[in-house]
Amino acid sequence: MSSIAVSTTINDDDVEFLCQPDETLLDVLRNRLGLMGSKEGCGTGDCGACSTIMDGRVVCSCLVLGAEAQGRKIETIEGMAQGSDLHPLQTKFIEHAALQCGICTPGFLIAAKALLDRNPDPTETEIRFWLAGNLCRCTGYDKIVRAVQDAAAEMRGEPA
Amino acid sequence: MVDVTLWSGLRPLADHQEVVHVEARTIRELLRKLAERYPGLRDPIRGQVAVAVDGVIFRDDWSQELPEDAEVMLIRRIPGG
Amino acid sequence: MSFDSAYQSRKFNSVGTRPLRPDGVDKVTGRARYGADFNMPGQLVARVLRSPHAHARIKSIDTTRAASLKGVKAVVTAADLPDLTDGDASLFAILDNCMARTKAMYDGHAVAAVAAIDEKTAKAALKLIAVDYEVLPHVVDVDEATRPEAPVLNETVFTQGVEPAPTTPSNVANRSEFGHGDIAAGFAQADVIVERSYKTEQTHQGYIEPHACVANCSPDGTADLWVCTQGHFVFRQTCSDLLGLEVSKLRVTSSEIGGGFGGKTHVWAEPVALALSRKAGRPVKLVMSRAEVFRASGPTSATSIDVKIGAGKDGTITAASATLRYSNGPYADMWAELGAMTSFACYDLENVKTVGLEVLVNRPKVAAYRAPSAPMAAFAVESAMDELAAKIGMDAVDLRIKNVAKEGSRSSYGPVYGPIGIGPTLEAAKAHPHMSAPLRKNQGRGMACGFWFNFGGQTCTDLNVNADGTVSLAVGTVDVGGSRASLSLIAAEELGIPYEDVKAVVSDTATLGYNDMTDGSRGTFSTSMATISAARNAIEVMRKRAALMWEIPPEDVYWEDGHAHAAGTRHGNRAPLSVKEIAAEAANTGGPVAGHSELVADGAGVSFATHICDIEVDPETGSSRVVRYTVIQDAGKAVHPAYVEGQYQGGAAQGIGWALNEEYIYGEDGRLQNPGFLDYRIPVCSDLPMIDTQILEIPNPNHPYGVRGVGETSIVPPLAAIANAVSKAVGVRMTHIPISPPRILAALSDDKGS
Repeated sequence: MSSIAVSTTINDDDVEFLCQPDETLLDVLRNRLGLMGSKEGCGTGDCGACSTIMDGRVVCSCLVLGAEAQGRKIETIEGMAQGSDLHPLQTKFIEHAALQCGICTPGFLIAAKALLDRNPDPTETEIRFWLAGNLCRCTGYDKIVRAVQDAAAEMRGEPA
Repeated sequence: MVDVTLWSGLRPLADHQEVVHVEARTIRELLRKLAERYPGLRDPIRGQVAVAVDGVIFRDDWSQELPEDAEVMLIRRIPGG
Repeated sequence: MSFDSAYQSRKFNSVGTRPLRPDGVDKVTGRARYGADFNMPGQLVARVLRSPHAHARIKSIDTTRAASLKGVKAVVTAADLPDLTDGDASLFAILDNCMARTKAMYDGHAVAAVAAIDEKTAKAALKLIAVDYEVLPHVVDVDEATRPEAPVLNETVFTQGVEPAPTTPSNVANRSEFGHGDIAAGFAQADVIVERSYKTEQTHQGYIEPHACVANCSPDGTADLWVCTQGHFVFRQTCSDLLGLEVSKLRVTSSEIGGGFGGKTHVWAEPVALALSRKAGRPVKLVMSRAEVFRASGPTSATSIDVKIGAGKDGTITAASATLRYSNGPYADMWAELGAMTSFACYDLENVKTVGLEVLVNRPKVAAYRAPSAPMAAFAVESAMDELAAKIGMDAVDLRIKNVAKEGSRSSYGPVYGPIGIGPTLEAAKAHPHMSAPLRKNQGRGMACGFWFNFGGQTCTDLNVNADGTVSLAVGTVDVGGSRASLSLIAAEELGIPYEDVKAVVSDTATLGYNDMTDGSRGTFSTSMATISAARNAIEVMRKRAALMWEIPPEDVYWEDGHAHAAGTRHGNRAPLSVKEIAAEAANTGGPVAGHSELVADGAGVSFATHICDIEVDPETGSSRVVRYTVIQDAGKAVHPAYVEGQYQGGAAQGIGWALNEEYIYGEDGRLQNPGFLDYRIPVCSDLPMIDTQILEIPNPNHPYGVRGVGETSIVPPLAAIANAVSKAVGVRMTHIPISPPRILAALSDDKGS
């Protein structure tokens, strides 16, 4: 099988790469582009550790082909902070101890960002169901939900 | 002089005794003398044994002293997760 | 210098606060490097060929076609891993499990492996390996394996611990027994007896990060291994033993770890990666797929447990007994024995007897899973206790309190208890607002208690004071959940400096002395002890340096609040010297300032917990919802309370999944049917409510700050707490874990029919 040339945008940068037709976007990010923040937990779209945002939608990058990135806008965990300024979600995750081993954290942050980008004031239930596609085995989700609530409040400009 | 209680898995290797009297002032001395008296205990002692002295479990600190009349038990080393 | 580990009460400045963890930024930006995030130049990709049969003799393996495929650089089978175990049965079991030597013992058992230039080539090579299997009858159920007609897994296994020694081979590898008193007499005295049998299905630790490593063997006999592990020193020892390497020549670096819970305390494919690298002469990267993790790493035991408890009308237990059958996988281990030890550990009993039976089955080799063997035993015992309370007409918590173990009680596994926290957690549960919250239709409330040992083990730390007065703390216990933050707090506390001035890192095996694994809830407990010891040693050094700087005798210098002070009046009003000031002069007072500690942290305590939960069951579908959950547990001293809470919540969540949904499902063909997160259903965010926690602090007398290990206990009560809650909600006693919708519906329809 010969390689496919792909031109895309990743974290606002123009990126070009070659990939095999059956290579996933996750494989491309990790193995070709050195963007290892997205993790493979299952390879079958069940755990959400590979979550990225493609044209504004959360997707499991293990279920997207590298070739499908052609002409799209991809956001990964590496693009979430602006230089050394962390996104409020990132800050709140640390403050609330919303991570223990941290392997699921990039996926959760991406998914939570996608939520708050479209719904700045979600209820606890809305948060829990939106994040139901991201598995965490360490925390029991309690502190993750609190971190998202707190970040949402800060992004709405509410006092702490 | 201490009375050492052996956990059930060790008893067949010590002539089926549940309690053994040993003259020993430290865990190290105790384990050495047990292995000398019952050679079958040598392997379990090396890898599988922890010693409870008056309720406190010691896995590695063989220099631990054995007070006179202390309750001493050999119990299984426990794996964790 | 000998180290006094006895508890001393004090007022804390750093310990007990909630600062940000030092590895936090890396983990929220994706910069932290886990097992699969490392690459070496020229590395090959490995893939493992696994048996599709639950039980089969391997008659031959032909790897010639695979080896000659373009791009394949090495192919290994058991022939490439000679037996160097020298009669050590448990090491041999590891070896055989890494690569089957004569028989495939379970669906997923490794039989060969390849290393190739890319994954595609490696996968193609696997297809070219010809294995001639003679399929044998299999058995996967823990009870069926004990029947006389069951296929025997290993003809050389005769049940140990039975007199007289049996002469026919068996799948029951060992019998163990614990207890004291006379249970026959005790049961004769009882006014009320509950006797019941329970089953729990096999579950997996479910860490989100699959096993991954990069192995590199050099022609000069040295080797490097990058791996996600709970114990890099233990991995170094095991891999050296299996491959015939010198321990000092194998350098193991632990990556950040994406969850372990006991499943990463054992090697699975790492020796295979090293063997491939040795054969190919190039680095080899081996990452397990999720299906491989389920099929071929180490799930916990499936169990079948009989419990009998007798009590007087006033609730005093007169006798308690249990027989526990635990599946081990293909190799004999001690899982039932552990269950037998922990079953009645919460109670002060005059007459108690537990018997453990290790059962071999054609399933993967069982590994430790967070308080191994205790959750299942607690499920059975705490369910029976609940029934007993109902039969006597006594409150469930009061029945526990009536029989609770205290300081001075003889434990059911042998030794007498020191100060323990079970009584206080029960009292706290009784008083908790959760207990009196109203329940709605189809809701039931359950509670249960649980316990786990924790231990110390060999621990080293290096504490180096930098020229600017900040401190580098090198530790050897892998950080699974935030311990670098806790250990920095400990160092800051002991030295009297700000938390921000301490930077903790996890060393590799070449740069620090031996450290036992992060298991047994020992990470913070034992490394904090070594950190305190190293800090005290560093303080000794700094005291003497201050004396030099002041040109006064060292006996006249004492340390307080992070400063050296000149004692007495004859040295004038010398301003105290800070760590920073002393460190700045270190070059001229004797060189770099450091404190080291190599110790055995022993005498660890035990940690008790009581859980309360409310469950709502939909009687039409059998689906259940966790409405409210509370964890009350004794931490001795919570160094970083947020991470202690995190352990409580995480253990509870795993227990909830285990209780309600998770199980290994096998087909008639003995193959695992659900090796993926879709059908092996762990709790997701929408399944759970907020999990309330209450940290009690009954100081551990054998730790300077009173710290107890806390990581494991929290998974022990949930199975029973939930079973008790569901049983109340549906009015039928649930005895089979997981209590999934089909089981609830079956129980409801059985009940209607009877």
